[in-house]
Amino acid sequence: MIAAQRRIRVLMGKPGLCGHDRGIVLVVMALRDAGMEVIYSGRHNSPESLVEVAIQEDVDVLGVSILAGGHLALCERIARLLRERNAQDIVLLAGGFIPPEDIPKLKAFGVKEVFRDGAKLDDIVRYIEGAAAERATA
Amino acid sequence: MDTPTAEPHPDAPDLRAQQRAACDPADPAAQTLLMRLRQGDRRSIARAITAIENETETGRAIVRAIQPDIGRARVIGITGAPGAGKSTLASALIGELLHRGHRVGVVAVDPSSPFSGGAVLGDRVRMERHTLSERVFIRSLAARGHLGGLSRAVFKVVDVLDAAGFDAILVETVGAGQSEVEITELADTRLVVCPPGLGDDVQAIKAGILEIADILVVSKADLPGADRTEIDLRFMLSNRMASGQPAIMRVSAANATGIGELADAIDASPRGRETRRATGVRERTRRFLAQETGNLVRARLLAVDNAELNALIDAVARGEIDHAQALAQAARIAAGNWA
Ligand code: B12
Ligand SMILES: Nc1nc2c(ncn2[C@@H]2O[C@H](COP(=O)(O)OP(=O)(O)OP(=O)(O)O)[C@@H](O)[C@H]2O)c(=O)[nH]1
Ligand SMILES: [Mg+2]
Repeated sequence: MIAAQRRIRVLMGKPGLCGHDRGIVLVVMALRDAGMEVIYSGRHNSPESLVEVAIQEDVDVLGVSILAGGHLALCERIARLLRERNAQDIVLLAGGFIPPEDIPKLKAFGVKEVFRDGAKLDDIVRYIEGAAAERATA
Repeated sequence: MDTPTAEPHPDAPDLRAQQRAACDPADPAAQTLLMRLRQGDRRSIARAITAIENETETGRAIVRAIQPDIGRARVIGITGAPGAGKSTLASALIGELLHRGHRVGVVAVDPSSPFSGGAVLGDRVRMERHTLSERVFIRSLAARGHLGGLSRAVFKVVDVLDAAGFDAILVETVGAGQSEVEITELADTRLVVCPPGLGDDVQAIKAGILEIADILVVSKADLPGADRTEIDLRFMLSNRMASGQPAIMRVSAANATGIGELADAIDASPRGRETRRATGVRERTRRFLAQETGNLVRARLLAVDNAELNALIDAVARGEIDHAQALAQAARIAAGNWA
């Protein structure tokens, strides 16, 4: 058989009540243009449903976009649910309007990297490619 | 059909156990995955699907191992033009099928970008309310360059869900419009979704996909123009040779009307085992082998460094042999270095 190509799969979603979706849509398009398969789950996702979708879709990366605050509580919950489902190997990323002083806290919860407003799309793509490659060999 | 020597009923438990034992993979990773997916573990089902999509060794072992388990589910294909309302209809149907006690698997295929190979998979957003149901499993697939409205792996992905115990499986196609015939091979019951307001575009649909429908669903029946669409469809059908006319049903997912009737009609269409298990799975394997053998032969013959083939091409150029003779030799060359 002509070997199929492995593709990086990413779930992108917006937990909580934040309605700002310009940034996440840009990131979704950039990832698609970099050859990734992106499940975009839209706005107003609960942490529970994001984690469930991440598992069903067997993604390499779960990215959440939050601009309206609440990122600490939401990310803590998502990271905890991933651990409870034994899915902490899924790379959890956060982006949006996030004060720099919150980044260490997010990382302590289990968020692997944070991309704040102004982050370059190329940097995001490169980070995910690296993280997925690492995951594939782990 | 009832001769004593006929194949035992595929559900006969001891036979299934025997067949399973015979197909069980040697690879321990595949074995664990297989055991867990048969128990319905969601992470394992998801991983098995990925392995199959990427055609890894584990994926191949799993496909082999689940052969005795497949053909039990009813597979419902949903096709129709982009934006016709396929995903929304699927969501409404999931609700109805759950209500009727089924375990529902969903495979939703979206196109891959021909430029980057990437894809945005958006169908499942419309089915969001079922995400947390324990009796539902939804998987999005990218077509990955495969023509025909599905993805190359979709048959096998359906089989995994079947083996994992989902007894109703919905498959949403890309909705490209024309070349959707593959769904006829995959599904037991085929729904073609036609929204109102397509106007002359109905012309375009009728050429390709009306033929494959078991049920024509006039979607978005809450919108004006649904009557018109139904009349148009009836008119088109009346002009065709009448053998196995599809039913026409009006459904509004928005107002939740017509869904129960649609589920009844699906139930009344022939059962999966008759259409799929008996001949379907074998026929499918035949087609798969034919198609993939073709691909492999093509790939081998297009590899420019094949000395034997180059000599053959020279011989044709010199007029020593004709094309028909060359063809036979080319087939031998391709088969010669078979893995
Ligand atoms: C445009 C905008 C809006 C638009 C949104 C339109 C839309 N559909 O998106 C509108 C006018 C609707 C709006 C409304 C509101 N807004 Co507003 N809005 C903004 C503004 C000015 C820009 C946001 C934006 O689109 N940026 C452009 C995109 C490209 O950048 P981005 O989203 O940050 O994304 C980048 C990165 O963060 C990263 N990224 C983002 N997500 C992800 C995810 C992953 C996984 C990764 C890897 C990367 C990543 O990649 C992108 C590319 O660099 C910001 C100010 C700001 N500095 O962010 C305020 C801002 C976010 N809004 C704010 C507020 C308060 C509101 C309102 C509550 C106002 C009100 N009182 O009604 C409402 C709430 C709406 C809601 N339901 O959530 C505040 C939030 C304050 C806070 N967090 O404490 C901000 C910060 C303004 C401020 N300084 O006060 N807003
Ligand atoms: N009024 C009305 N709108 C509907 C109905 N069903 C779907 N829609 C709308 O039609 C649009 C397309 O619906 P989808 O279900 O995404 O259609 P689809 O065929 O899956 O689309 P693709 O997968 O992109 O080809 C959405 O805006 C839906 O809200 C319905 O019953 N009534
Ligand atoms: Mg859809």
